[in-house]
Amino acid sequence: MAIYGTALLSLCLISGLVIGKLIGLAIGIDANVGGVGVAMLLMILAAGKLQTKGLMPKPTENGVLFWTSIYIPIVVAMAASQNVRAAINGGTLAIVVGVVVVIASFALVPLISRIGTTPASASHTKSKGGDV
Amino acid sequence: MNEFWQAIESVMTKYSLVTAFALVGIVVWLSYGVSQKVTRGRMHGSAIAILIGLLLAYIGGIATGGTKGLADIECLAGVGIMGGAMLRDLAIVGTAFGVRLEEFLKTGVSGIVSLLTGVLMSFLIGAIIAYVFGYRDPVSMTTIGGGAATYIVGPVTGTALGASSEVIALSVAAGLVKSILVMTATPFVAPLIGLDNPRSALIFGGLMGTTSGVAGGLAATDERLVPYGAMTATFYTGLGCLLGPSVVFITLRSIVGAR
Repeated sequence: MAIYGTALLSLCLISGLVIGKLIGLAIGIDANVGGVGVAMLLMILAAGKLQTKGLMPKPTENGVLFWTSIYIPIVVAMAASQNVRAAINGGTLAIVVGVVVVIASFALVPLISRIGTTPASASHTKSKGGDV
Repeated sequence: MNEFWQAIESVMTKYSLVTAFALVGIVVWLSYGVSQKVTRGRMHGSAIAILIGLLLAYIGGIATGGTKGLADIECLAGVGIMGGAMLRDLAIVGTAFGVRLEEFLKTGVSGIVSLLTGVLMSFLIGAIIAYVFGYRDPVSMTTIGGGAATYIVGPVTGTALGASSEVIALSVAAGLVKSILVMTATPFVAPLIGLDNPRSALIFGGLMGTTSGVAGGLAATDERLVPYGAMTATFYTGLGCLLGPSVVFITLRSIVGAR
């Protein structure tokens, strides 16, 4: 049933967020440290385990893939609820800081990509996320 | 006529999330149409949809004077639920389904390098520009530097250090500019910086750090790269909140001196 997949996804997210919160508490900051990242790791591990055991039939899988497939619409809704007005009204300082930091970060992507590359690790492995 | 509109509005408000699904669906449909017919597929449909989303957010912000873009219009509040952290994070974790663990582990070191570089470089750039603009006390410099990291790191750092509300507002604005720029510019810059494989996406996420920017930017570039960028970006804000009020502040204070 589709709800099994959605429930698995939800359990991973909640567990990850709780762990992220606890990491934050442990290092003394009021922020979620890597909660979503931990949840993604849990998802990869859990789904991998269930798939090899044959416990992930198509309907269950669909309960996960639905959420993947409406990822872009969710991002569009996210864009539509940003505080764009404040960003534009933030003045020259805010705009200069934003522009410079983004240009510098873009420029660093190819530089850091070169660290420790071997021909094998540059291979393109595609994930099987759903298409919109 | 007025009653007619009120009837529509009351239904839309009561079923706000459903209204949002319909509205976003129409926006996405129009965007993919424009992508095919006007740009002949050169500009990805999702990139156009995100741009329209940002434009709508700006209009919503002007119309209501609120902070949540289109979601501040009462009958469109569902857009805020649909695009809020809850469903966004659920969908992001969903994208991890089918990803192989080795992909992440293989890039482990460069992921950490990109995170540290991204956070520290943002603080540095923000602090230098703040100094140039006349904010020369270490508290304001660190806070604006935090805003250059993300719009969450800025206010968290500023609050911890006791920055003025004007400076905190500036740091939020800087973070918003960054996030919106990453969303819109990534698909255009991606071919120039080799952003076409899991490894560079992971590094990209660690350098940029803004979850919404990375989520939107990668979605508009190549949806398959989303889980990799999102993975590192999710650690960025926490790292920034940790380093900002401590290491970065102490370092800046020793350079420019306490005032």
